[in-house]
Formats: sequence, C-alpha cells, structure tokens
Amino acid sequence: MLYIKCPFCGYRSQKEFAYGGDGTIKRPELNQEISDEKWNEFVYLRKSPNGKHIELWHHVAGCRQWFKVQRDTVTHEIFQTTKMNEEIK
Amino acid sequence: MSQSYRINNEGLLNRNKEISFKFNGTKYTGYEGDTLASALLANGIHLVGRSFKYHRPRGFFGAGVEEPNAKLQILLNGHSEPNVNATEFELVEGIEATSQNCWPSVKFDLGAINNYLSKFFPAGFYYKTFKWPKSFWYKVYEPFIRKIAGFGIASLEKDKERYEHKYEYCDLLVTGSGPAGLSSAYAAAKNGAKVILVEDKPRFGGSLLTDDVTIDNLSGKAWTDKIITQLKEMPNVIVRNRSQVFGYYDHNMTVMIERTGDHLKDKPKYVPRQRLWYIRAKEVILSTGSIERPIVFGNNDTPGVFLSAAAKEYIKVYGVLVGKKPLIFTNNDSGYETALEFKKHGIDPIILDTREEHTSELIDSAKNQNIKIKFSYAVIAANGYKKVNSAQIGRLNKDKTSFVNSETIECDCICVSGFWTPTVHLASQSGNKLKFDDKIDAFVPDKSKQNETSIGASKGTFTLQDTLDEGFKKGFDLSKKITSNNNSISTPSSNEIKKSLHDKFWCSPLPKNKNFKRFVDFQNDVSVSDIEVALREGYRSIEHVKRYTTLGMATDQGRTSNLNGLQLVANVEKKIVPQVGHTTFRPPFTPITIGTIVGREVDMEYMPTRKTPMHSWHEKNNAVFVDAGAWKRPRYYKQGNENLFEASKREAKNVREHVGICDVTTLGKIDIKGPDAAEFLNRVYTNGWSKLSIGKARYGVMLREDGIVMDDGTTTRISENHYHMTTTTAQAANVLSHLEYYLQIVWPELKVNVLSTTEQWAGAALAGPKSRDLLAKLFPNLDVSNEALPFMGYTEGNLFGIKAKIFRISFSGELAYEINVESNYGLFMWEKIMEIGKEFNIQPYGTEALSFLRIEMGHVAGPELDGRTIPYDVSLEGLVSNKKDFVGKRSLQKEAFNKLDRQKLVGLVPTDKKTNIPEGSHLVMDKNAKLPNPKLGHVSSSCWSVENNNPFSLAIVKDGKNMIGKKLFAVSPLKDFAVEVEVISSHYVDQEGKRVRS
Ligand SMILES: [Zn+2]
Repeated sequence: MLYIKCPFCGYRSQKEFAYGGDGTIKRPELNQEISDEKWNEFVYLRKSPNGKHIELWHHVAGCRQWFKVQRDTVTHEIFQTTKMNEEIK
Repeated sequence: MSQSYRINNEGLLNRNKEISFKFNGTKYTGYEGDTLASALLANGIHLVGRSFKYHRPRGFFGAGVEEPNAKLQILLNGHSEPNVNATEFELVEGIEATSQNCWPSVKFDLGAINNYLSKFFPAGFYYKTFKWPKSFWYKVYEPFIRKIAGFGIASLEKDKERYEHKYEYCDLLVTGSGPAGLSSAYAAAKNGAKVILVEDKPRFGGSLLTDDVTIDNLSGKAWTDKIITQLKEMPNVIVRNRSQVFGYYDHNMTVMIERTGDHLKDKPKYVPRQRLWYIRAKEVILSTGSIERPIVFGNNDTPGVFLSAAAKEYIKVYGVLVGKKPLIFTNNDSGYETALEFKKHGIDPIILDTREEHTSELIDSAKNQNIKIKFSYAVIAANGYKKVNSAQIGRLNKDKTSFVNSETIECDCICVSGFWTPTVHLASQSGNKLKFDDKIDAFVPDKSKQNETSIGASKGTFTLQDTLDEGFKKGFDLSKKITSNNNSISTPSSNEIKKSLHDKFWCSPLPKNKNFKRFVDFQNDVSVSDIEVALREGYRSIEHVKRYTTLGMATDQGRTSNLNGLQLVANVEKKIVPQVGHTTFRPPFTPITIGTIVGREVDMEYMPTRKTPMHSWHEKNNAVFVDAGAWKRPRYYKQGNENLFEASKREAKNVREHVGICDVTTLGKIDIKGPDAAEFLNRVYTNGWSKLSIGKARYGVMLREDGIVMDDGTTTRISENHYHMTTTTAQAANVLSHLEYYLQIVWPELKVNVLSTTEQWAGAALAGPKSRDLLAKLFPNLDVSNEALPFMGYTEGNLFGIKAKIFRISFSGELAYEINVESNYGLFMWEKIMEIGKEFNIQPYGTEALSFLRIEMGHVAGPELDGRTIPYDVSLEGLVSNKKDFVGKRSLQKEAFNKLDRQKLVGLVPTDKKTNIPEGSHLVMDKNAKLPNPKLGHVSSSCWSVENNNPFSLAIVKDGKNMIGKKLFAVSPLKDFAVEVEVISSHYVDQEGKRVRS
C-alpha cells in the first residue's frame, strides 16, 4: 500500500486517496474548433509508461484536493507530489 | 508409556504445569511451553499424517515454521481449524487434534494404495488423467480427488472469535530476535530510534536458545533475557513475541500477525484471538535467520527422519528425544552439534559424514566423547513403514556418484543436515532480486529496492561474532540515519566453536536396481523422479516445473525443498543453480487465518450503514429495506400479508389518487456558491443555466467527456450566487469528485466552491393530487398556489418553527413537492406530515412504488443511464444546448452517436396485457429464430402501470422511434421465457405533462 504525501495534509495511506489518471493531459479549451483526431486523443488515448509518470490523485477521504504525483509505475517510488498550480521539477 | 521420551533437567518448559490433550482420540499429557509436536514426540508419537498424493505415512520433520508434514485439524472450545502446524501450535489444555490427510484413519489409509500404484501417479498426473470426458468432472473426478486429497476440513460454523487490526509507525522494524535481531534492535534503541522488535516464536532468542555459545560470558539464553528485559523497559521500543511479519509491501509497509490468544486457555473477553498489524517503518531489518535443508535419500519421508537442528531444538527447548538410537547424517559440522546434545543425555549417536575424514573443533569434540563417526558415508535409504527401524547406509565412491558398499544399521531416527538456507522471503517480497552465494549454495539478498537490510544468517552470515558485529553496526547506522543521534555502544564479545567447510553433497545416489522414492518436497509429495519426468517432458523454466510438479507450491512454500529442487534441475540440465533461477516468493510467509485478514469488518461492521433521520419511523411502520450503496431505503411498507408487488401497487395507486410521502434524504445534495456558479453550471450541464432566476429550479443532465450521460438531477437557485444541486443517490460521490476535478484542475479561475450537504438535509417528497392541499396545511402562512409556487418553483417556509426548503419538483409525474429540513428535524417533519396528511389519505411509499411511478411516466433513471447511453438515446435531446459548450459536447458529434438506427428509449406493453416483462430480457423479432438470434435491444425497467392496470416496461431498442407500433418478443433464453410485446411511446401516462403543472 502506497504512502502518499498530500501537499496539504502530509503523508497518508493510499486508502484515503483516489487515482485520477495522467496528470499531464490538458482539456481542450471550451468553444474551440477541434479535429476528431485531437478530441479522441484527449478523451481516450493515454500513454502507459514504464517508469516515471506524472499523475493525478484526489484526497477523497481527506481535504478533497486534487494534486499531482510523480511516481514510478514499476517500483511505485514517488519522487514528488505537488499542488495543481505547482510544477513537477 | 507416558512421556517416555522426555528427559529431565533440560528444556525451557514449566514442568509444574501438566497439560492434557487428545490426539486421534487418545489422551496424552505434555507441559506448559510444549508445542503440540514436542508433546506428541515426548509420548513417542511420530506418525501424524499421510502424504498428499501417495498417502505415505508421515511424521514430524522440523520444529517450527519449516515443518512440511505435521498439519493437523484442531478442535478447541468448539471451534475447529484445519491445517494447523503442530510444530508451531502451543499446547493448550483440552485441545483435540486429529490427522487430516487420511481416510478412514491414519494407521489404515485406503489412499495408501496410491503408493503402490505410484508409477501411475507421475508428475502432471492430475493434468493428464482427470481430464476427459467433461461430464466426469462433477460426478466422478472431483469428489474422488477431494476425498483422497483433502487437506483438513474448513469449519461450516460461524467463527465466533474476535480479530483486530492495528496500525503502527516506527523508525526501525526488526523481524526476528536471534543474535542479529537482538543486537540491531538494541543498538538502534540505545541510539534513540523508535524500534519495533518482533519474534515469531513464543520465546525470544532464535538460535541463541539452542546453540552452545556465550556472549559477554553469559549463555545465549541469559544474554537474550538480559537484552529483552532492557528493551521492554525502554519507552521507544515495542517488543512482541508470537508475532510474524508475513508480508512486505510497497513503501515499506509490512503486515504482521500477532497470535494474541491462541495459547490462552481462558482468554479474557476482549483479548482478540489474533491481531493484524500494518507497520509502516522507515527502515526494516530482516533478521529472519536460516533454515536447515535436508539431504535427499531413499524413503527420506519415513516417520523418524528429522532435520538435525530440529532434533537439537527438541532436546534443548522441550527436553524431548526424537529417538534413542539416533543416526546423524550430515554434510557439515551442524550435525555434530546435534550428536553432542544426544550424547550429553546418555544417548549414543552414530554420525555419517559425507565429507572425507578431516578435523575441526566440533569433530574433535565428538571424537573425544567417543561418538562413532563414519566419513564418506551416506544414507542410501531409511527402512521401516510407519517408523524408521534401521537404515541402509553405504560408503560413497570418490566422486560421490555411487556407493562402494552397503550395510544396514539399526536406528530409530535419522537426523539430517544438508547445511543452511537463509530465509530470504521478506527480502524477496520487498523487491530485492536475490543472488546466488556459492560459498553457502543458497540465495542471499542482493540490492535493496526498499529500505530493508538483511543481516545475520538471513544474508548468509553464519558465525556468531560476525552476526553480532553486523547487528550492532547496522542498528546504529540506521538509527543514526533516522534520528541523527550518535550514541553507539560497543559490540560484546562471544565464544562459539569454529566449524569446518560444508560439503555440496545434497542427494544420495540410487544403488543399481533399486528404486527408492526420494522426496524433494514432502508436503506436496514431489520426488526426484517426478522432477526428472517434468524435465524429460520438456518443461524448462523453473516456474513451469514448479507448476507441473507442484514443487514448492504447498503451504510451507518449499522452505525445505526449494534449493534441492533447483539443485536437481541444475544437475539434469547440466547448469548451475543461479542459471536455473528461483521461483517467486509471495506473501503470506505462512498461512494466515481468514479471520485475521477480515478483522472487525464482520456483520454490522462489514461496511458503514447510512440511515436517514426517519429510519426509526420506517422500521416501526414495517418498512422492508433495500440497500442503495451504504444507505438503507424503505423498499415498501408491508401491510398484513402483502408481498412486494402488492404493496408497491397499493402505494403507487395512492400517490396517483391521493398523496404519498417518500423519504428522499439519500439523494446527493451539493451546495454551489460563488459569483461564477452559473457559468460553472453551464459548463458541466448540457442545458443552459444563465437565465435561471432566483427561486427557480431546473432539471439538468451531466455528461462525461466521452458523451455518455453521467447523472441527472435538479439544481435550484437559492440566491444570487448560491445554488443547491441534487444528484442521484448512486452517483452522489462521483458527481462531487467530478465537479472538484473541473474546479481545481481545468478551470481554477472560476470563483466557485462546492460542498456536499447530503448529510445536512433530510428530505421528504409529497406526491399526488392532494399534495398542495396538504402543503397548505403544513405551511398555513405560505401562499402555495400554482401562481405563487409554480412547477419548478422554490420557496422557504416555516414548518412549526423549523426552517424548511420547499421545492416544487416531481419524479413521479404527479403534482409534487420536496421539503428539506435540517437533518435533526427530519423525523419531526415526517411525523408532522403523517399526522396532518391523515385527512388526505396519506401513505408512505418506498423505492419500488417510486419506480412504478417514474417508469410509467417515462422518466429515465439508473437502468437507462447505464454508462452506455447518450442524451439522444434516452429522450433527453431537448436538454442538449446548441448555444454553448459543455463537458462532453464535442463527443456527441461522433459518427456512431448520430446513426439513425441507434438504440432509443421506448415503452413496451405485453400484448396479453398480463405477463410481466422481466428486466434484462432481450428483444428479438422472432422468438423461434435460429441462434444467434439478432438482438434489437433490452428491457431496462419494468413496472405495473397503476394508471392502466397492466404491465409496462421501458426498453432501449435499435431504431426505437420507428419501431413504435411493432410487435417484438422479450426473451430470456436461459429461463426459456418469451413474451410478445408491443412497442409504444415511453410516455405511457400524462403525455402532455399536465399533472406536474396543475
Ligand atoms: Zn489532503
């Protein structure tokens, strides 16, 4: 079970969090023309990297904040967690 | 022959307390401190079970966790438990133990015929034989295999014991209290680290209890006691015995079982039987020691064959002789230590040493004691069926591939030592890839992937002084790393007898024309020839060989068999062991009771129960509840002998004719506040929200980005910047996360806050033509006329002194209102409504009647919004705005979503107007068509239309709107059911929607 540092609450057990997928995906702007291809890429296509991955987690049983986690998908090592408005270095 | 193998003045038992117990129906006695195994051995009992496949007699082989054979069924206080390891189970007054793997009895076992038919039971036998024909599985093969191969009987009774879970955090967790564990825990604790030291066995000390050593001029036992006493007194240390770390998971989380109550006859009421610990440690020291491995020889599974260290432990800890004419068979000096222990008690052992004659301190010591030693000798085979009575031994040739002679010598036990295997399970579980150490012919931990460090015998350090040095150093280093303290203590000096090099001999060759069974894995009955067969049949990967032969797959996880199995594969394949590799070590290290894993999460505590504030009223009024997530909702209120269907018809009818009340507290409620709230709603709902005025509600539909309908509900504008959103009961949590996602990640610039208020408001829906009259009586000072409070209107009122929110919204399709009050007043509100509603014939209605009402009105709910439908499919196209963008809108342009023949929502009535249409039925054109019968759609919701007095269903049907007027069949091929139905509009009642506006 992972031990995740919420940027607002500190270290908590994985049980308190929900996983939110790839944290680098940007939703296309509203009211903009977008090709089928680009839209499908946003909705469906995700990379499945072997190694470092920036992803979203949601502290559902805590402060209810979404935040970013950089994790190794193989070893589960967590390198960094940040608030949404901060960059993973 | 009461305890005739017990010796005086030896062991760590309480001889003042005798304990009686039963084994296979016979009464025996032992002492407090005995294991079931040591007590039986003290009584000369060796035969404890039958082997898994061949049903050969089996006896004790080890003295602890390594035991492959002695798995017994234990009955204590009316609770029966299978597969209990007799070498670990502490003796408790009054227990009854029975052998498991035999039928009808351990002494006369019908399955033993398998032993004589063993050539028909080669590796992969089960795969090859019990295969065809398919119909034989149920009736012939499965019952046969179960009866013959049973591993104990799981109790059918409910487990009445108490189990608990516990969470703990520490700087350093030390697993195992031998010399390595004690010294590292002590050094770290003295340096101020928060330490947890755990020991699997009841007694601390590990090898210090049985080895002839001194530390600081104290015996191993005395030094252990001194250190443990000190550690227990330190506030920064937790010390636990009977506690085994059995799993090593991510981020240094380990899981441990503590056997808190198993050894207690009369356990205090709230002491759990076992406790599961989740320990998150900054660093973990693995001081799990090593396990002696056997040498393979003919009939090496005969009762009376022991690991030599086990025989020594039975003497030193339990004061029990495993035999009085021991034959020691060894390839290293450890066997000599066992021989010397026998000798101390007046027993004359014979040592067979596979090595050539040489000297060492231990060998000299044995010679000085006049112990007979035969160098370059090995056991060819054990003789005796239910117990060893002699051994066939022989002198090995130069390269140890055959015997140059053979003789028979009398003995009543054979104590075998094939050197030591580090216990690397936890290291491996932590992600540490093991490496092979040539010096000890075993795998040891390599690079750590997590914060774990193996020390002592578990990493192949087999001398005491080196172990102590490692322990004190690592304990200090790790504690310094964590605490930055710098208080080191010096390592004590120790004395032990030096040992000479071991021999790589691991398996006795077969003499010509002899075909003894030589077992590698006792628990799963895997012999040398089984593995050879697997290799001959082409299995190469050790993981495949393992599965095909079942080598190492039993509950002992191959603790005594893995390395010999690998050695054998390497020999046949002409490889070396590291090329063969090892199989994966997985948690749990030993079998764990299901009760421990479950803990307190049983019965009422299995999951939280959410009850509305009106729950007690529902209970009193014969509500039959249904689970809606964690909520309990009244499904119907039973009157007399009514069944679900009859009650729901009555309740729904009463709504259509008079007025009904329904508990809607469980609906999700979300408060939305902020100057950008309207804009936010515009973006997450498909329809427009900019023009909603204060005091008005609107129905809204929410999509996922892929265009699928996620949820629906009403949202009311309470004031300028304050909205009250409702969601379905099922989606409440998802919708909140969804809104938070968009506010925090996608549009952080929007000034909006969302907060769940589901728990804060109790809700009651009043529905039916009389609901306005009732409302007027509840709020005499409020104008509730159609003009003042129109459909989708909102107002606030005073309900007998309590602030109430009144929404004119309807799910039933009738004139209806929802009243919300603060949760604490929910029951008060409900009772007031019931009291005043009496004159209007008010009746409560449950979720089933609610469904009846919404289905015949054609209102969609969960079964239609099933994660596959878009708004166009379920008649919600009118709510899709083309003036603005919103979540999921772009996906609605997808070609597949705009196909004309897409499945659409329709209504169905059976043509006979009688037969209920089961939900989930498939819709087909021709019920007798050849399979596969093309499916046109499915029935999503079914009800009894109280308005039209016949069954009615909603369905989602291909090209649905053009199917109206056609006849189809609703079929359920598995139930052999078919009913003819007519496709009609989904709005079966009040098509114009006049009632809600009346
Ligand atoms: Zn948090």
